Order: sequence, then structure tokens, then C-alpha cells
Amino acid sequence: MIAPLTHILALTTLVRKRMLPVNGRIIARVGQKVTPTDVVGDAVIGRKYVIVDFAQGLHLPLKKAAAFLKVKKGQKVARKEVIAETTSIFPRTVQSPADGRVVAIGGGKLVLETGGSMFELTAGIPGVVSEIIADRGVVIRATGAIVQGVYGNGRVETGVMVSMIEKPDDIFSNTNLDVSLRGSIILAGHVNNPAVIKGAAELPLRGLILSSISPSVLSAVAQAPFPILVTEGFGQRPMNLSAFKLLTTNIKRDVTLNAEFYDRQQGARPEIFIQLPVTQDPPEPRDVETFAPGQIVRICYLSRPSMVGTVVQLRPGLSTLSNGLNALTAEVRLESGEQMLVPLTNLEVLG
Amino acid sequence: MPTSLIEGNSLLAIDIGAVTTRAAYFDVVEGRYRFISMGQSPTTASAPLKNVALGAQMAIENLQSLLGKQLIDGDGRLTMPSQPDGVGVDCVVTTISAGPAIKTIVVGLLADISLKSIESLAQTTYTQIVDSIGLNDQRRSDEQVDAIVRTSPELIMMAGGMDGGATSSIQKILEIIGLAAYLLPDNKRPVVLYAGNKALAHEVTETLKDIASFVQISSNVRPSLQVEDLAPAQRDLAGLVIKVREQQMPQLAELRELSGGIILPSAYAQGRMIRFLSSSGKDVLSVDAGASAISIGASFDGDLHLNVFPQFGLGEPLAGLLRHTTLAEIARWIPLDIPMEMVREYLYQKSLYPAAIPATLEELAIEQAILRQNLLLSARLMGNRLPPMRRRRDGLLPPFEPILASGAAITGAATPGQTLLMLLDGLQPTGFVNLALDQNNLLAMLGAASEVNSILPIHVIDSGALSELATVIAPISKASFGTPIVQAKLTRSYGNPVTVEVQMGDLQVLPLENGETGTLDLRPLRRADLGFGPGKSIEGLEVYGSSLGIVIDARGRPLILPDDAGQRRALLKKWQAAVGG
Repeated sequence: MIAPLTHILALTTLVRKRMLPVNGRIIARVGQKVTPTDVVGDAVIGRKYVIVDFAQGLHLPLKKAAAFLKVKKGQKVARKEVIAETTSIFPRTVQSPADGRVVAIGGGKLVLETGGSMFELTAGIPGVVSEIIADRGVVIRATGAIVQGVYGNGRVETGVMVSMIEKPDDIFSNTNLDVSLRGSIILAGHVNNPAVIKGAAELPLRGLILSSISPSVLSAVAQAPFPILVTEGFGQRPMNLSAFKLLTTNIKRDVTLNAEFYDRQQGARPEIFIQLPVTQDPPEPRDVETFAPGQIVRICYLSRPSMVGTVVQLRPGLSTLSNGLNALTAEVRLESGEQMLVPLTNLEVLG
Repeated sequence: MPTSLIEGNSLLAIDIGAVTTRAAYFDVVEGRYRFISMGQSPTTASAPLKNVALGAQMAIENLQSLLGKQLIDGDGRLTMPSQPDGVGVDCVVTTISAGPAIKTIVVGLLADISLKSIESLAQTTYTQIVDSIGLNDQRRSDEQVDAIVRTSPELIMMAGGMDGGATSSIQKILEIIGLAAYLLPDNKRPVVLYAGNKALAHEVTETLKDIASFVQISSNVRPSLQVEDLAPAQRDLAGLVIKVREQQMPQLAELRELSGGIILPSAYAQGRMIRFLSSSGKDVLSVDAGASAISIGASFDGDLHLNVFPQFGLGEPLAGLLRHTTLAEIARWIPLDIPMEMVREYLYQKSLYPAAIPATLEELAIEQAILRQNLLLSARLMGNRLPPMRRRRDGLLPPFEPILASGAAITGAATPGQTLLMLLDGLQPTGFVNLALDQNNLLAMLGAASEVNSILPIHVIDSGALSELATVIAPISKASFGTPIVQAKLTRSYGNPVTVEVQMGDLQVLPLENGETGTLDLRPLRRADLGFGPGKSIEGLEVYGSSLGIVIDARGRPLILPDDAGQRRALLKKWQAAVGG
């Protein structure tokens, strides 16, 4: 059976697409070294459209009005610029209501594309541009450590990772915040109070890596001006030991916190990337795994903390769980040595 | 000549769900079609594989191993038609419910007429209505254009104008739709369904054919003020849903080719089957609780009303469930003392892991509480959307017989009693009704199969492909709790008769095992309505055995739970025990 996969790898080669939300301009070149904050492309987003009924403005029938138009499709026009004018002794004129560009003409009307703001696409990770996707984005290759999360608030930042976690089940509170953390990316535990996020924004922090959050914090997390990545999910859940060990051994390093939204369809996931020097590119992580004995897995409980263990055996056929449900299962040995029966649907391969 | 000799072809049905892809094999056994076996695989529509056909192939491979028969050749291709040595299959059909809700803009003229009808049509499939444009829209034309470009819909559904009526208003809106479609990037242009005044059909096609990704002209959903006719447009909409899915999942086109074009949205295919089952004068209800949506089909003597509720899906949509209900409303169904916050966390965590199943008793209790509440909300909305003559004042669904249920969360419960109570609490049926389970999710597949083989679904249903859960009598009575409201006598074919008196508030089971038959005499007290009219008795009612037998649900309609948490939990446990745990 195909296994869901979460990458927690001490050294790997990462290949990531970075895409503009709409067609735009790609600035980066193939082979270019980029830092996470380098702009690799830009595009105008949030444009508005204004319909100008020039036929009505000229008091002419639709068929005749087009002859008096003074602009063409694609042409830029300034506010109050005359865009249509009759040629009589007392000419009637139609002025552009706004700065913009003519994007459509027809039926005695024209459409102006106005406003909008420039969106700059940053590289997101430090690496080398390996491919350009015309008008849309770039592919970047990088080497280092990676930890994928399950929830992100859609922001990206880079900075030095500082630890505010001693044990995987630590709770991070306002009392842990002080001015010395300003500008850092903080590795911390569970947050159950929205005030912590607000306090972190006031410092401000550059990013937060959390084991888990209470759903009541979700709104503050979504509004935070810096990236927040959650490794385990919702409710008080300790950080899984694999992620905890990897992250705590990389404290004080520069990390890229790409807390992008989890998009199951496209495969985009929030992730922490730590660039590491290598002499030879390590292998890329596997995209697809099927369940097999020996795999390190995370047991994803829906109402209890997750646990990490090793698959001992896949049970043939359906097994009955303690709650009476029947499911395909695996026997998983926890680090404590305890062995348990877990439905395959609740396992994630770590690697 | 027996019909099976006319159409004696084997059929492979593939159903691509949000979590699981199933492959079911049907063939002729002793002159009649039978469901033979089913293979499963996780659905592979999403990353990392992003290839829906792989999941289908793995499900077929799993099916092969169960059948002990080769369907796929060495190159991974399905062998079609079947060979004399039995290898392969003659025919394939596909249904799909996987994929995010389709971003849809509905367009009409008057809010209560064409706009309402086109909204009703949109609600028959996996859509999320992101905007609505009509005559009463206060926005300027350019604001409407902005809104369409900003939301970038995948589907625009237009209605408006009675056949033979005025056309100018819809022409104005058509201009806006055309302009917005033109301004969208080529790869983001929507598919358009037009189901309005037929006099404008040609103009719609001409205006949009080069700027929409596809234009489908359908019958007017509101041909006159008094008449709403969604059925012909539903078929066209089903085709458009598949077009959108093919844009999202390009390999779906391979499956369409394999299926000879027979690929349908699961809800639509299930609706076809329900319509067929009700065409002999029955009022049939089907409910399918999936990870992406809950679908309910109500068909009254062949008149189908289909509703899909993506907001109540049991997977990713759970993160948004509290926009439609409260934690307290969900938690009231939990028989264990579980903190409310844990329920909230469960909703969000399950949205992260939609395929995960409850692994503990507490998780199972929460999951089943969510399902009850989601069924209840879906049933309420469904009840309100039925035609006025079918609606009930008390907000309950009208009587149905039978009710068919599918979806792993329902049919895969730990005990038949759990399944029964989820359905009774969620749907709150009234009167006399047989509940049956579609444990293999066959109804949608059979609905699609009926497109190529009209006999197969009949034979398969007759062969007992659905599992009988219980025969339920749910009286409506205003009597106070503890007052006797029904006397029932069950006479089994073998064994002594059993007589019971059921009080208001009780849940009573009269076992009648699968394969057994019997007769039931029902005598209402205090003018209770057992589904045959207030105070009306019935004698000698033929009943058939099922997993649970005869269940008299006198708990009241609508079902009201005690406010006191302790009392409520005790009652929920008592009811669970009454149906065997």
C-alpha cells in the first residue's frame, strides 16, 4: 500500500518549484545562486477593470462609435486622456477615468486594466536555479536538512534558529519571549494562547517553529506577519522525536522557514530547510514509498499525541482494532520497546 | 431468450473516491449478473503521484488477486474485451467523487426564480458557489467583472428567462461573463453551462465559444414561472464536472477513454440508481457519507432530488465545519465524558489526516458524533430544498422506504448497532422504513453501469448486493415520555410470536435474523402515527430478517436530547445497549 510520506532528513538534495500566482516576469537565470530572499520573478496582481462606454459618451450608435476611438488594445492611457473624440465642429470627447491599459474593445465599450500591485517572488530557499518555467517560475536545487510540517500560515522567512524548547512536549508561553529573541526564528513547543503569537509579532520574531497549536490560536497564527510552521498539528502534541533531534542539533544555524499552505493536491507542504555544505550532492528524497517492515513511521492519532516507531510487520488481511473497527494494520515497535497494532491509514513514513 | 444472454458481458466499475479507489467486477453467474469482487487502493489524485490512473490500476491489481483472474496484461493494459480463456473484461465504467469542490459562479435573473433554480442545480454536484450574479445585484458591471476575474471560477452556470420570454437582461449579463472570461488567462478560463431561455442559446455559444474553455447549452431549468426542470441540465452538468476534473487530473482522460466515455460524478451516478429504484412507485432515500462530501438523493416515484454537501465531508472539510454548527451540537452525541476542546482538536487534526480512522474508543465516539451531526445538517438542508408538497413543517425529512446508506464511516462501524444509531440520529426517519447498507459503495457504480447495461444493476440489486440493516418503525406522537404508544406483535415463520408494548422515549429491538421472515402487527396508542396515518393499525405486515431485525424507535421526532450532560450520556449509552452495543 502506498504510504504517506513526511520528509525529516539530515542531509538531502532538495528540488523546489517557486511559482508566481499569475503570469509575470522571471528575473533569475539558470545556474544563478540565490538566497531565500532574492527576488526571482515578479508579476502584477490585484488588478481592477473599468468599463468605459465610449459609444454612449459620444452619443453615437455602436457601429459608428468605433471609428472615433483614439486608442488601441494594449495601449497605456493616463487619467483624463482623451480616448475617443468625434470630428465635428463641436466634438464630443470621452476621457479615460483612470490610469491604465486598454485590454479589450468591443460593442462600443472598452475595458481598462487599472491599479494592481507588484508581487515579488522570492527564492524561498538558498540554492541554485536549475530551471526556468517561462513567465511562471523557477526550479531551485539546494542541499541540506529538511523537516516538513503539517500546517503553515503562508509566509516565508530566513534567519538564525534559536531554541526555546528543551523537551518535545514543552509549552511555549509569553514568559518565554524577551527582546533577545528579536529577529530570530524560534524553535518552540505547543502554543495554546493567542497572546503568545501577538507578543511574538510585537518583538518581532522572524519566524516560529512549533510542535502544535490549539485551534483557538489559529486566527492569530493566520494573521501573524511572520511565518509559523507546525510540525504535529492541533491540540497539545509533543514534537516527534525525529524532528526534535534534527532541529535541536542545528540550533544557531541559518534556516529557511517556508510556512506555505499545505496543498495536498499539489504536494506543497510547509517545511524548514537548513542549508549545509557538501562535496557531493546527496540523493533527493523519495517521493513515493510503500509500507514495508523497517520503516520509521509516525503514528498519527486524531486525539492523542503522535508517536514514532518502526514497522515490524504488515498484518495480512483486516485486523480488529481495540475500538472494534476493522482495518489493514501494521505492528509498530515504539522507542520504548512497546509494540502496537496501528491502522495503515494512520501511519506516515518518516524519511 | 433470457436477458443475460443478450448482454452477457463482464463489467469493471471503477470508483475514485477522495480517499479510496475501488474496482468492482461484475459478471454473469447462472444466467444472472452478480457482483463478484472488489479491489481497493488509496486514491492517487493528489501529490506525490498526482496520477489518478495509478490508483485505479492498483485497485484493479488488487481485484485481480482476489478474483484469481487476469484483467491487466503484462504491459499494464486492461485486456478488453475479455478473451476466450477468461482473461480481461468486456466493459468499463468510472465514477469519481475525488477532487476539491469546484469553484462555481451562478448567474440568473430573479433571485427567487432562475437564480434559485440554477443554484439548486449547482447543489446537485461537487460545487462550491463562490459568487452569484443576478438582476438585483447592486454591483456595477466592472465590479462584477472584477469579482469574476478575482475568484477565477472553474465553472459558470447561467440561467434566466423563460422560454419565449424577454432576452435583454440575460444578454447584459452574458456580456459581463464574456468579458470576464476573456480577461482570465487562457489556462484559467471556466467551463460554462447555459440553462436559460432557449432563444439565447445560439448567442451564448457564439459569444463564449472562443473565450470559455467549453460551453454547454442545456435545457432551460426554468422554462416557465411555475415549472422547474433540473433533470436534463443535471446530465449536462455531470459532463462538465468531468471536464473540470480532467483539467485537474489529466490522467482521468485515459480512464474516460477506457470507459468508452462512461465516466460520471459519483453523486450523479448514485442519483441515477436511486431514481431507477424509486421508479416502481417507491420513495427512496440514499445517503453517502464520504471524505469529500455528504450526498443525499431523494427520489419520489422516479422524481429525483439530489444534493451534494461538500461542507459536510468527513475529511478536509472538517476544518470549516464550525462555520455550520457548534461544538456543543456535535459533542451532545458523544456518550463518553470527553472535553469539548478535544472535539475541536479532532476536527482540525482530521482535516490534516483525512484518511486516518479512529484508533481508540474516544476517537470513534467523536467521529460518530460528527457524522451524526453532519447527517442531521445535511438532512435538514435537503428537507428544505425539497418541493413544497414534499416538505414537512417540523423540518424532518418526509417518509422514505427504503433508505440506503453508503460510505465507510457508516457501513464500516464497529457494530450494526452503531451504524443504525448514526442513521437514526442523523436522518431521523419517520414511519415504517427498511434501512439497507451499500457496504461496497456499489450504487454509484451501478448507476454508471446502467448507461451501458440496463439489466446488470437490476440483477445485482436483486442478488442481495445491499445488506439489510434493520426494519425501523419510528412513530410520531405527542404523548409524554413513558406513555405506551405502540403495541407490536412479531410472528416469525418459525418460533413463538413476540409481543411488546413500547413507551414514548424507548428504543426496542425485536430480533429477526437475516434469512428469516415474519409478520408484524402494529397497533398505535394515543393516535401515534406509525407511518400509516395517525392512530392507524396494521396487521400481517410482511417483514424480512436483517442484521438487527425490527427496531421500534419511539424516542420522538425530532429527537430531543436532555440538556444535562450526565443524563444525556446515560441515555446515549442506554440506546446503544438497546441495539446491541
